[in-house]
Parts: sequence; C-alpha cells; structure tokens
Amino acid sequence: MPDLAPPPTLGQLCLAYLKIGLLGFGGVNVWARRVLVEERRWITEQDYAEVLGLGQALPGPNALNVAIQLGERWHGARGALAAPAALFAGPLAVLAGLAVAHDRYGELPLVQSVLAGTAAAAAGMVIGTGLKMVQNLRPSLPMVAVGLCALAGALLRLPLPAIVLGLGPLGIAAAWWTARRRAAAK
Amino acid sequence: MDRAAAGSREVTGGVLWQIAVGFAAVSLISVGGGIAVIPEMSRLVVDVHGWMDQARFTQLFALAQAAPGPNILVVGLIGWHVAGLAGMLVATAAMTLPSGLLAYGVFRLRRRLAGNMGLRLVEKGLVPIALGLIMAAGAILAQKATGGWLTAALVAGSTLFVWRTERSPLWVIGLGAGIGALFL
Repeated sequence: MPDLAPPPTLGQLCLAYLKIGLLGFGGVNVWARRVLVEERRWITEQDYAEVLGLGQALPGPNALNVAIQLGERWHGARGALAAPAALFAGPLAVLAGLAVAHDRYGELPLVQSVLAGTAAAAAGMVIGTGLKMVQNLRPSLPMVAVGLCALAGALLRLPLPAIVLGLGPLGIAAAWWTARRRAAAK
Repeated sequence: MDRAAAGSREVTGGVLWQIAVGFAAVSLISVGGGIAVIPEMSRLVVDVHGWMDQARFTQLFALAQAAPGPNILVVGLIGWHVAGLAGMLVATAAMTLPSGLLAYGVFRLRRRLAGNMGLRLVEKGLVPIALGLIMAAGAILAQKATGGWLTAALVAGSTLFVWRTERSPLWVIGLGAGIGALFL
C-alpha cells in the first residue's frame, strides 16, 4: 500500500466530494473509495472500510455519513457541513434537469436502452469494488464468515437494522479473535 | 396520479409539511442506508399519501439509480413530482438533516474516544458487515440489470475491469451506455 498523502484542505475536500457526487453512478460509496483511497490517498483501505462500517451502522445514507465523518475529522464542524453539501450539490442539479427531461423523453426507447446498459455496468462496478476491498484487506476466516452472513442476510431482504445488530457482536468477536491471533503470532 | 394533475395541483404549505415530516421519520430509521428504506418510502408515498402509483414510484427509483450521486436522491425526485422545486429541496433536506445531525454527534464522540481498545474492536468488527452489504447491493443491482446474455456479459466484464485494473470505472460506465444504445 503506497504512503498516505497529507490531509486535504477544506477546498480540496470539497472539490473531491463534488467529483464524487457527479461521478457517482451506481452508488456513491464505490466512487468515494476510488477518489479518497486510490486517487488522492488521503485515507487507507482499512481506515475507509471502518469509516464506511460505522456509517452503515448509523441511520442515514451511508455515503452522507462517511462525508460527515471525514469532513469532521479533517475540518471540524465546517468540514462536516461542507463535504456533504459538495456531495449533494452536483447530483441535485443534474437530477432537477433529469426530472424535467424524464417527464418529456423518459419513454423514448433510446433512453431506456442507454439506462439498461449503464445499470449493468454499474452493477459490475459495485461487485468489482467489493472484491478489490476484500483483496486489499485480507480478512481472517471468522471475518469472512461474518461478511458472508451479512451478504446472505441482505440477499434474503432481512431488515438492515436486524443484520447490523445481529451480526455486530459476531463481527466484534471475530475482530477480537483476529487481534489475539496476530498478537500471539508475533 | 399523472403529471398534469400533479402540475396543476396547488402546492400548499400543507403538502410541504407532510413531505418534511414523512421523510424526516424515514431518515431516522434508515439504518443501512437509504436503499434499505425503499419499502417504507413506497408505503408513505403510495399508500399513506397517494402522491403517485407504485409504477411511477419504481420508475422514479430507476431514474435516481441511473443518475450520478447518492441513490437516496430519489426522495428529491419524489418531492419534485409532488411539489416541484420546493418539494425537491424540502424532501432532500428532511431525508438528510436528522440522520446527519445524529451521525455528527456520534462521530465527534468517536474522535474523543479515539484509540480506545473497545472502540477499535467495534470499528473493525463492522468492516466485514460493510463488505457483505456492498457485495449484496452489487448482486441485487446485477439481478435487476441482467436481462439476457449481453447484459450478463456487461456485468461480468465490468466486475473484472474494476476489480483487476486501476483504471477509472467511468470507462465501463461509458461502454455500458454505448452498448445499451447500440444493441439493447
């Protein structure tokens, strides 16, 4: 894993989040990881996964919670306000335009076809990002088991609060086991 | 309800208030992200208030997913449909502010406790759940998006591209749009 870059200024953070919002096809988390971890190198893969995990355990859009958390970490209350604002500003403007266009052109076959192709590519992008994160993080076996349970629960459409509350203790136990194993191995 | 009716309906403070209260409540229960509360949202929008029918709701959701930005912006589209630009802004604010304030408080507390061993374990323990939920989101999206061998190939190709290369995913998104325009 390459070295981290120095933490962003408020302006750099806003620009990054503006980009994340405008690029964010198929789910913003994927793009947030891409920009923050791979491009700008402000945060490590492990750190990002933890921030995302906490963001998912709390109510609210995950990407928004991550933006608030990182904004707060680097620039306090101002950052916590500015990063989410930057994240939402671009897409809201695009969406207002789309709402108008969709009322007028939404039924056109060409529009439907482009949307279908984009949706397929975006789905693959989300899966590919998940695989990349697993590869980089190298979770221990118990961690993998907890992850697979979360995957199965979500595919069965169990309520998400139930998944997080039910598997949280198991995940913490797995993290504890992993930490002990690694300490013993040293 | 069709567009003409929605457009001609007088937008009153009452409707905006209903939007604000309804989505603020949804915001506070949206553990796991906005997508998790889609069923609750459709209940609010279709069953309770009758702002649109189920088909229209599904359409708006697909549109929000196709657009850039957080998928939760579907609430903006719903607000737009019900009460125009004011509805869009009120709905988006109501969906993001309550949970955002709560999250802000928790994150400040977290920083004060930074380095605490117990907290570190909680954070690490949530990571596999986060990964599982990402994979599930991908699988659900893939299932919805796959309607034949070509879309299946697109999903698989895009997965490999993003997983195995460092190039921007924008390449496959663009390719997907192009293939869709030409062959779907």
